[in-house]
Amino acid sequence: MPTEFTPLASLIGGGMIGLSATLLMLTIGRTAGATGIMSGALFPASRAEGTWRLAMILGMIAAGPILAILFGVRPNVVPAIGLPQVILGGFVVGVGVSMSSGCTSGHGICGLARFSLRSLVAVLTFMGAGFVTVLLIRHVLGG
Amino acid sequence: MKLVVVSLIGLLFGAGILISGMADPNKVLNFFDILGTWDPSLAFVMGGALVVNLIGYQVMFRLRSKPLIAETFHKTAPTVIDANLVGGAMLFGVGWGIAGFCPGAAIPTLGSGEIAPVIFITALGFGMVAFRLIRPMLPVQEPVA
Repeated sequence: MPTEFTPLASLIGGGMIGLSATLLMLTIGRTAGATGIMSGALFPASRAEGTWRLAMILGMIAAGPILAILFGVRPNVVPAIGLPQVILGGFVVGVGVSMSSGCTSGHGICGLARFSLRSLVAVLTFMGAGFVTVLLIRHVLGG
Repeated sequence: MKLVVVSLIGLLFGAGILISGMADPNKVLNFFDILGTWDPSLAFVMGGALVVNLIGYQVMFRLRSKPLIAETFHKTAPTVIDANLVGGAMLFGVGWGIAGFCPGAAIPTLGSGEIAPVIFITALGFGMVAFRLIRPMLPVQEPVA
């Protein structure tokens, strides 16, 4: 299913994500990595370690209704694939990001911004794996 | 106060995800589909986010020794490049290519009222729990940062 190429909206949205990562470090000195935020909220090391992550998650979730109500912005969030694929992908992502201690935001936006070689290896690996996986599913298996 | 600030930063992050198109799993899968219905938008999302944060981080770390409302910058990460990092990143990429959601893009979609994001995040949570169960069997144990 083709999707529309949206360079301007993507650049603006990306800039907002980058700005929020800078602000999280500037205010409370933390990395804006969704993996660390979610796993730290699921298994908090202490009450304080859990609460800031929950606050961050609640803010992220609130963005949807706020954009929809105030600005009428309701982007599609529904995958064209079946739910079994969503479940399988979700589980594999959960294991993978825990094992590599980060995902697109933690390694990609925060790690690379501090010139972390570890994050560069992670980013090249998961991007490469993403390209290969979609190639296999869509062009070899014909999904 | 601190929690209000953090939730507003979360709001900015979530709005960025939704506006950028990163929240649409079809756009993500099309980004990976260079030979098919390629949509290069996500390169602009990641490029935009990285450039802004790279400038932000580098300027901030030169000008300040501590954050505004906390004692230290928590930026120290393990520096080893090991099988956990590469194997985990590989698994993540495979799962991302299967479902089209990554964790940071999926959390803001929970507020959409659709069921797929809830199912993805639940499965993701189970994957995180599963990793904690298998972690003692892995050669090197590292904290999830």
